[in-house]
Formats: sequence, C-alpha cells, structure tokens
Amino acid sequence: MAVMNQDKSLQLEIKDLSMSFGGIKAIRNVSIGVQSGEIYSIIGPNGAGKTTIFNCISGIYKAQQGSIRFENRELLGVKPDRIAQMGVARAFQNIALFKGMTVLDNLMSARVHLMKYGLLGAALYLGACQREEVQNRDAVEDVIEFLDLQSVRKSPVSSLSYGLQKRVELARALAMKPKILLVDEPVSGMNLEEREDMARYIIDINEEMDITVVLIEHDMGLVMDLSDRVTVLNFGTKIAEGTPGEVSSNPEVVKAYLGDEH
Amino acid sequence: MANFKISYREDTALFQNLWVKSWLGIFIAAMIVLPFLLSRYQLSILNGMGIAVIGALGLNLLIGYTGQISLGHGAFVAIGAYTTGLLAGTLGVPFIVALPVSGTTAALLSLIVGVPSLRLKGLYLALGTLAFGFIIEYVLFHWDLTRGDTGMAVPKIGAGGFFIETELQFFYLIMFFAALATLVAKNLARTKIGRSFVAIRDRDIAAEAMGISLSKYKIMAFAVSAFYAGVAGCLLAYYQKWIVPGNFDISLSIAYIAMIVLGGMGTILGSILGAILITGIPYGIVYLTDALRGTYPNLSGLIVDLKLGIFGLVIVLTLLFEPQGLVGIYRRIKVYWKTWPFKY
Ligand SMILES: Nc1ncnc2c1ncn2[C@@H]1O[C@H](COP(=O)(O)OP(=O)(O)OP(=O)(O)O)[C@@H](O)[C@H]1O
Ligand SMILES: [Mg+2]
Repeated sequence: MAVMNQDKSLQLEIKDLSMSFGGIKAIRNVSIGVQSGEIYSIIGPNGAGKTTIFNCISGIYKAQQGSIRFENRELLGVKPDRIAQMGVARAFQNIALFKGMTVLDNLMSARVHLMKYGLLGAALYLGACQREEVQNRDAVEDVIEFLDLQSVRKSPVSSLSYGLQKRVELARALAMKPKILLVDEPVSGMNLEEREDMARYIIDINEEMDITVVLIEHDMGLVMDLSDRVTVLNFGTKIAEGTPGEVSSNPEVVKAYLGDEH
Repeated sequence: MANFKISYREDTALFQNLWVKSWLGIFIAAMIVLPFLLSRYQLSILNGMGIAVIGALGLNLLIGYTGQISLGHGAFVAIGAYTTGLLAGTLGVPFIVALPVSGTTAALLSLIVGVPSLRLKGLYLALGTLAFGFIIEYVLFHWDLTRGDTGMAVPKIGAGGFFIETELQFFYLIMFFAALATLVAKNLARTKIGRSFVAIRDRDIAAEAMGISLSKYKIMAFAVSAFYAGVAGCLLAYYQKWIVPGNFDISLSIAYIAMIVLGGMGTILGSILGAILITGIPYGIVYLTDALRGTYPNLSGLIVDLKLGIFGLVIVLTLLFEPQGLVGIYRRIKVYWKTWPFKY
C-alpha cells in the first residue's frame, strides 16, 4: 500500500480517511488509490461505509480526518458543485433524479456548468444562449443514444420504471462530461436482463469514453466481471485490496463478507 | 416518433405548433380590439390583472420553480413602488429610468432574504420572509421620506405634452410589460437558469453534485423574483398615482401566493391564470352582492373585508383537491382529448 500511495499516476487518491456521525465511526483510516482509466470497485456488507466514501469524495460529507486528492488537487473542504465541475460525477444509490423534469431536462441539468451565457442572455434567449443550448443538446443526445434512452427522451422521469430510472441516473452523471464516474449500486433491484445491459453500459463508458469508473455493488458476479481492482470494506475498515481473483480468495474477505452469503 | 423534430433549435422553439400560434394570434387581436368594447371600470379591472401577472410570474419563479417559500413578496412590490415614488415623485426621474431602477432596487434588497435562504429552509424561511415584510411595512410607516400614512404622490408618465393617463393608455402600457415579463419568464424557464431552479427544488443535493451552485441560483431566484415584484410595484405606483403602506401589507403577499397556488406552481401559464382569477374574485363578489344590496345594504362591504379569508380558503382548497392548480386540470383535459377516441 505504501508504495502505491506515492504513485503520481493516481487519478483519485484517498488517504487515511475517517468519518464519524456522532458516536458511529462510519469509516476509519481508509486509503484507496484509483488509477486513470480503470474500473475500481468498492464492496462490503450493508453499512460498511461505502456510500459514505462517495459522499466524502463528492463533498456532500466533510470527513473529519485524512485527504482526498483528485488529479493532485485536494477535495476535502471543497464545495460539491466545485468538485463536480472538476470532473467528478455521481450516480446515486437511491435514485435522486429531478422528478419534476423530463429525461432530457434531467440530462441538460447536468450541463449547467458547461454553459457560460448569463442571466440576461437567458432572459432574451439570444446569441450565445441559443448557440450553447443547441450545442449542449447535441452532446446530451449523444448520451441518450449511448444509453438507448431515445424512446423516453420527453417522458417525465417519474413515469419510468425503476430500472429505467437507474439508467437515467447513470445517463445524467455521464452528461456531466466527467473524468471519473462514481456509480453506487447501479443494478440493485434490477432483473437479470437489466443487469446485463447495465454491465455492458458501464464497460462501454469505461472503454469507449475513456472514463474512470469507481463502482459500489453488491452483485458479486458483476464486480468480478467488470473490475480491474477491488477494495473490501467491513465496519468502516479496509480489509483487503487487489484483483477480483486475489480478493475473492482472501480468507479474511471470505470470512467477513462472502462467508455470510455462501 | 411521429413528432420527430428535425433540428434541436426547432424542438426548443417557444411556440411549437399551429395550435399555440393561432391561440397567440387570437389573444393579440383580442388585446387590441377588446379595450374599445369595454367600459373604463372593466378596463381598470384588466389593468389590475396585468400588474398582478407580473408579480405572480416573479413569485412563481421563486416558489414554484425553485421551491423557496416567501411570505414577503408584497414587500418587494412595495420597494418597487416606493422607489418609483421617491425617484419620480421627489426627484422627477422619468419612467424609463424609474422602472428598471425600481426592479433593481428590489432585487438588491432581496439579498437580505436571499443570502440567509442558503441556511434557512421551509418554515424558518417562511418566518424570515414574513418578518422582512413587516420590517419593510414598518419602515414605510416611520421613515420621513416615505411619509407614513399620508403616502406619496406619483406623477404622470410622459414628457413634452404627451402623458399616459387614461385607463386605455395604461392598458396598453401594462399589457406590453406583462407580455414582456411572460416572454422573459418563459425564456428563463427553458434555459439552464430554469433547469437549475427546478433541480434545486426537486433534489438540492443531487443538483449540487451535478455542478449546480446552490448559493448562486438560490440568490438569483430571489433576485429575479424581487425584480419582477419591483417592476409590478413601479407600474402600480404610476397607475394608482398615490401610494400608502397599506397597499402592500401581508394581504398582498397572501394574494400572490393564492395566485400561484390556484393557477399552478412551477408553470408560467398558471401564474397568469391565477393572477387573473385572484384579482377578479373581489370584483366578482362586488358584482354578485350588488344585486342583494337592496335587502342587505352592508353585505358587499363585509364580504370584501373577508377577501383575505377567501384567498386563504382558495389556497387550502386548491392544495387539498388539485395541488397542481388550474394548469393541472387543463393538462388532464388535454390528455383526455388527445386520447379520445383512441388516438393511439
Ligand atoms: N448522514 C448520516 N447520519 C448518520 N449516520 C450515517 C449517515 N450516513 C451514513 N451513516 C452511517 O454510516 C454507516 C455507513 O453507511 P453507508 O451508507 O456508507 O453504508 P454502505 O456501505 O453504503 O451500505 P449499503 O450497502 O447498505 O448501502 C452506517 O452505519 C450508517 O448508518
Ligand atoms: Mg450505500
């Protein structure tokens, strides 16, 4: 680990991160290094602290201790919107779409920071405003096509099935034009076919769009198939890290995590 | 895919189909012809409605779109009206300057509630904006310049012998600004500004995680909303020719809330419908009770006094039975006709 943490090629580097809520220590001294271009998974039983790590990266929670560096810039203490603008996108575990909007508007909302026109331009819908709106619509259409959302483009998100809403959640994060994508349990509650589609999309996003993916998932099959490397958390502590093969044969992991299920 | 659009520019156009365009044509024609058929009294009702439309659009951008409650909208109308009173009445500044300055002053003062709104949510924001309204009312009553209960005179709009003074002239002036206010609100709603507002309303944490600055857009929502109120106040001041603090008490804020709730929160059309109806209700009551005046001479005065209670009732009943307001009903009817008989 020590060697890895000094690696300058790490895109995302979490060091000795600790976060507690009142008396509960949600994560303790966790260090994780994600390289540019990989699919990196974080697994662990319910309540292990996985989502808390994402919330710390996104700036939604402020960890009491440690550091989070993204492309060599410290994220701790930076506001969530600034972190997002640096290229850190997030697909939420509990669907957090803008439910009063259509699919299209949800995706367009993720590109607010990419449009530079001001209030006056918007009020009159002139020049730069119109041009940027059309350009960004173009980019959003690419995402819609990529994730096969054409047929629901104009539908209110609240009218979609759970599986489709999960896909829109991913699409919205993708529409931000991120460098790194934090995906929290993308296939939970989905049927087999939807799971396979989602796995395909994540691989395509990683390979074709060249976006680093950090994945939280309980579906072991998916994690094993997709991940370059995996970190295992238990009770807020990191208990193992390695390739899917290494991790799944680690006795401590088997005991703490896989052991419960098999 | 029957409705597939060739270009995105077309897809985002303001007036998308023939249906909307023909309604717009009919509306404009009516606006030009109608005033010649109406009495002065009837025109004065329409003028009141036109001013209310501007204020209601502003409040809907804040409450309906951004989800930030305000019980102090009337205070921003007051700020606009008194800015006009001070500029035009005391300093002789012309209308063309007084109007934007009134809007801007209200927008600047909205920072007093906009900035705390980053911390205050729901009930606390409601109380904060309510308190702001009372403070403004207090200042208007006690500040030397605003002359308390006596009120302020506002001069006529115009120069070099031409003045806007008749109901008909005001009608065209007010309708022009109401239409402009509607167009601007529509534009804001369909750009990144409106999307940011709605994103903050629907899921503020997700909005932030998508790169939307909560502080920037919340403060912007308060400022835009107050600007609209300030412009409405400016027009009201010129139209009434005389302003007193009592014009802008809590009942005005409640009336504006009733407008957007009844019309439909988070919609432009709803703001307009609500403004028309809520402004019209007191006149309707007067009309109805006039018939009974012979037998019950005090009735109309009594019921007009109950205006505030009626607005409160409208808010509660709408929220209970049709939370999306009249626009919600309109949408349902539209869907019904589209699918009848089995269009798909
Ligand atoms: N906002 C919060 N306030 C209090 N406690 C919290 C908060 N967020 C998380 N926790 C606690 O921190 C611990 C870790 O929660 P977290 O959501 O990170 O788990 P997780 O690994 O994502 O679990 P799951 O697989 O069920 O999603 C839990 O004990 C949880 O109750
Ligand atoms: Mg979780």
